[in-house]
Amino acid sequence: MKQSTASALGRHALLIAGASIVVTPFLWMFTTSLQSRAETYSNGSILPTSWHWENYAVAWEAAPFGQYYLNSLVMAAGIVSGHLILDALAAYAFARLRFPLKDAIFLVLLAALMIPTFVTIIPAYSLVASFGWIDTYWGLIVPRLADVFGIILLRQYFASIPGELEEAALIDGLTRAGIFFRIMVPLSLPAFATLGIFSFLFAWNDFLWPLLVTNSDELRTIQIGLSAFQGRYGTSWNYLMAGTLTATLPSIIVFMFFQRALIRGIAASGLKD
Amino acid sequence: MITAIAFLTPALVVLGVFVIYPIISAGYISLTSWNGFSPVKDFIGFDNYARLAQDPEFWNSLLVTSIYAAGVCVLSVASGLVVALLLDAPLRGRGFYRGVFFLPAVTSSVAAAIVWRYMLDPSGFVNTVLEGVGIQGPDWLQDRWLALGALTLLTVWKNVGFNAILYLTALQALPEGVFEAAQIDGASFAQRVRHMTVPLLKPMTFFVIVQALITSFQSFDLVYVLTGGGPQGGTEVLGMIMYREAFRLSDFGYGTAIAFVTLFLVLGVTLVNWRASGSGKSSLR
Repeated sequence: MKQSTASALGRHALLIAGASIVVTPFLWMFTTSLQSRAETYSNGSILPTSWHWENYAVAWEAAPFGQYYLNSLVMAAGIVSGHLILDALAAYAFARLRFPLKDAIFLVLLAALMIPTFVTIIPAYSLVASFGWIDTYWGLIVPRLADVFGIILLRQYFASIPGELEEAALIDGLTRAGIFFRIMVPLSLPAFATLGIFSFLFAWNDFLWPLLVTNSDELRTIQIGLSAFQGRYGTSWNYLMAGTLTATLPSIIVFMFFQRALIRGIAASGLKD
Repeated sequence: MITAIAFLTPALVVLGVFVIYPIISAGYISLTSWNGFSPVKDFIGFDNYARLAQDPEFWNSLLVTSIYAAGVCVLSVASGLVVALLLDAPLRGRGFYRGVFFLPAVTSSVAAAIVWRYMLDPSGFVNTVLEGVGIQGPDWLQDRWLALGALTLLTVWKNVGFNAILYLTALQALPEGVFEAAQIDGASFAQRVRHMTVPLLKPMTFFVIVQALITSFQSFDLVYVLTGGGPQGGTEVLGMIMYREAFRLSDFGYGTAIAFVTLFLVLGVTLVNWRASGSGKSSLR
């Protein structure tokens, strides 16, 4: 008993040391965002010593962060709902329906998952450009309305639901669409939550694609806007950190509320391997 | 049948047009000198690949990316495993620690790189702390090897929580009885980790390494913001030269060829790793 108390203390010590390293950049970002410009060059304190909350207002006025935020929200809403609907429909077909070439199609999708985005991004960009979708919400959203990861995740979940439920429902005269919406969807809400969070974080944090397909402030997403802001105000660290923190907040809040669903999803996709 | 088509079509159309078709199309584009907007794509055979073989910037990039990938792989496995081992047994505040370690993973690459860039600035946190103990810190991001080291650590920092959760999942699936038996037989903690946990976790280590490989060979956002590829090409990973060739210099053919080389490298290294790890099976020595 004595030894296990000692080892618990040792683990706490190591974990606290590690967690401090992990958390330092966040504290530093917060502290700097509240300093005056002069302090950012002289003050090494990791905890706030001054409280210039007006830095946030200054940063938000120096660049159209409101517009960036809105664009990111619209894009994220589009992508998340796309994934939830399109991925779920396809996942149901792969989990339950019979159709020719089912395994072959699924294998092609799995293989596509292995291909680095660099390979597809150039042709996908030319395609979107030829549709006239550069600098539009279409270009930001439509190419990413469905993804293979979501199909795999939901297919696995649907497959774990007992088939007897559906057989009974079919006998009772429910159509496949009826079964999907009235039985499968309500039973799979945890899986939908996991996918929704993954998709939101992906969309909110995405960089390369929005960088390519937007070129005006009216369409730039928060990450692109932030990167451009850094280019212009690179040494105004206090404003830059205020902007960075506001850009990061939504993902952190989503993470804090839905930590469980997120971690469950990683565990599921890791185990699958 | 009709039902299946109705369920499948929306997703398959999107994936077909924006993922599958581009993969096939990329194969052809890499054999042309296409500039991205001209209606004609001049077929030039394997010239782009031949040009790559003689391009010193490509070889530099390949070297930089390989060193970066090796560093990220080793440190990802080590940090993920250590954190997972610390979090494995019940402990007060375990969920809190797990949340903290995962925080960098949900932060965007742009935000993370901006903060790190400031922390490594001559007037930033790292040098202020060093100064406090009487050391004159270097200008981290102006030296090519220090910058590459910083980029490696940033990447590992960002993924440590993710890797720890993967390892935790695997740890919790291990049979407890074997470990208890070994403990009763007098095996120390270190011996159990070295001779039992590590071999049993082999499949997950393979997965973590593949993830780390893909992350580093596809790295772009972090580099773009932290160093822009500099100093003197010291952090110019493959993603950076692909981006520059295709989207800055309008050489889509050449850019696509770089992307394909990236694909073959990732697949090749994964295959070697798969063989080396005994086809990903766990084993007890």
